[in-house]
Amino acid sequence: MSRATREAYRDSVLVLLGRHPELMCLDSDTGLFSADHAAAAGDQYLNLGIAEQNLMGVAAGMAACGRVPFVNTMAAFAASRALEAIKIDIAYNRLPVRIMATHGGLAAGHLGPTHQALEDLAVMRVLPGMTVVVPADAAATEAIVEQSVTLPGPLYVRLGRKPTPPIPAAPPPVIGKAQTLRTGGDVVLVGCGPYPVLACVAAAQVLAEQGIEATVLNMHTLRPFDAETLIAAARPATLVVTIEEHWRAGGLGGAVAEALAEAAPTRVLRLGVPDKFVDEVGNQEHLVAHYDLTAERVVRAVRTALDTTARSGKTDWKEHHS
Amino acid sequence: MTITQLLERDTLNDVAARIRSHVVDMCAGPEGGHLGGALSCVDVLTALYFSVLNVDTHWPDDPDRDRFLLSKGHAAVALYATLAERGFFPVDELAGFGRAGSRLMGHPVRAVPGVELPTGSLGHGLALGCGFALANRYAGRASRTFVLLGDGELQEGSVWEAAIAAASQRLDRLVAVVDRNGLQLTGPTDAIAPMEPLAERWRSFGWAVREVDGHDPELLADLLDAAPWEPGKPSVLIARTVKGQGLPFLAGRASSHYVTLSPRNHARAISALRDAESLR
Repeated sequence: MSRATREAYRDSVLVLLGRHPELMCLDSDTGLFSADHAAAAGDQYLNLGIAEQNLMGVAAGMAACGRVPFVNTMAAFAASRALEAIKIDIAYNRLPVRIMATHGGLAAGHLGPTHQALEDLAVMRVLPGMTVVVPADAAATEAIVEQSVTLPGPLYVRLGRKPTPPIPAAPPPVIGKAQTLRTGGDVVLVGCGPYPVLACVAAAQVLAEQGIEATVLNMHTLRPFDAETLIAAARPATLVVTIEEHWRAGGLGGAVAEALAEAAPTRVLRLGVPDKFVDEVGNQEHLVAHYDLTAERVVRAVRTALDTTARSGKTDWKEHHS
Repeated sequence: MTITQLLERDTLNDVAARIRSHVVDMCAGPEGGHLGGALSCVDVLTALYFSVLNVDTHWPDDPDRDRFLLSKGHAAVALYATLAERGFFPVDELAGFGRAGSRLMGHPVRAVPGVELPTGSLGHGLALGCGFALANRYAGRASRTFVLLGDGELQEGSVWEAAIAAASQRLDRLVAVVDRNGLQLTGPTDAIAPMEPLAERWRSFGWAVREVDGHDPELLADLLDAAPWEPGKPSVLIARTVKGQGLPFLAGRASSHYVTLSPRNHARAISALRDAESLR
């Protein structure tokens, strides 16, 4: 059943607050917590108002005194407006603040570029000590929130806005460990977040029908980056395709390319939002389709790359270059 | 020597004079330092660390301690000199300021005993202080949190985000001090961004306000010790100070902001501080 990851977070953290008195939930008037939710959280919930830099500073101060604060804001405001407070007050001090960033990627939809976050993963994953996670569905979000209680250091979780479909047959993710959703030796498809991971799963099915076997990785954790699983999957493959709701620079595709370039050079195609601000009105599904972050695009990218390699006589790209 | 023994021997002015002398020496090192804004807040730091703050140099992590944040982190030389005089680390270590291998960076870092959190990028300290005060309230601790801000720093919007939060959360165990020396890097703060009536601004944000001579450590200590001044309200003390206080050839000049004292000026500074001492 489709469910919003941000609501899965809220419902999970409400349960955890009751169990762990050291947890706090600090809000910046995001509206995720209704009056009833706030009442259920009791004095462990505080709405500090629309002030994201202050939100991060207060969270850091509380964390330095032994609290574990979950802070609620939108990805766009966390990753850019409040970035300096996250960098200096939270990451530099290695404090256990959990930044729960809703409206990640294109999830803000028609609300436009002021509310969309297509840079957050790139920005967050360069911060030393920051754990960066993109749960692909509601169940995964619950698992991540649960694991976050005892995770050392700071955590950034990119969440969505509207309900998104579940990833079929995906076990609960473990922070820091990529999920292998399918195994195949020809190509590797790597996604993070709801629609990209679904696109990889669907594309692998189509490719299999065409005789191309794909490994599908749900790379839900961008930092620490599970290069080991990626490299093992990429070794037999001729091509790695990444797909994400993010500008093409610096996000999942960047992380994959960095890891492979250093340890197991493999051709990487990075699918993402083109290098421009969104100028199309539409909800998340519409924008995902508009920017062609779809299974069809992944299939097309794989076919085009493999056909080109075959035509140039490079039946095995890696062997050719070794 | 315990703090009690020390204060039987020395007045707060004696302590402040020693801290000023360290600050001057550190700013004669190879990298220089933020001399003017350090000297303007020495008396506030002296009042806090030698009279007001409940801190224990032998147990700096005592959860019940009072907490201090130097939000105007560029005055690190003043904080380091104060912490060393107070006994958090040996005074000899101050000679390493800014030199390779020392832990005394140009802005406060946590590696230095007594420093709660690193500061230096302006506009961070008050939000952190709100976090300290909130956490202490949740833990049922009576300890207080003090945050020292520069007056130029008040141009950062995040200060006012935190000012709103402190008042709305009724953080009356939070005390801010504004080092109102009236100068920032390139000139008078009020020429760059008028802030007066400053006391009225803070009052309108829901804070209890006092405005006093920032170079009278006994007076500062009495006032800060008495905070909260109004129940349910955070307190802010506007300390009227002089940038470069104690050095007539630099005092009241924006050019005192960052100074590497030449050997000649270092000697002039030492002699000026000595003269001031003998007049006291």
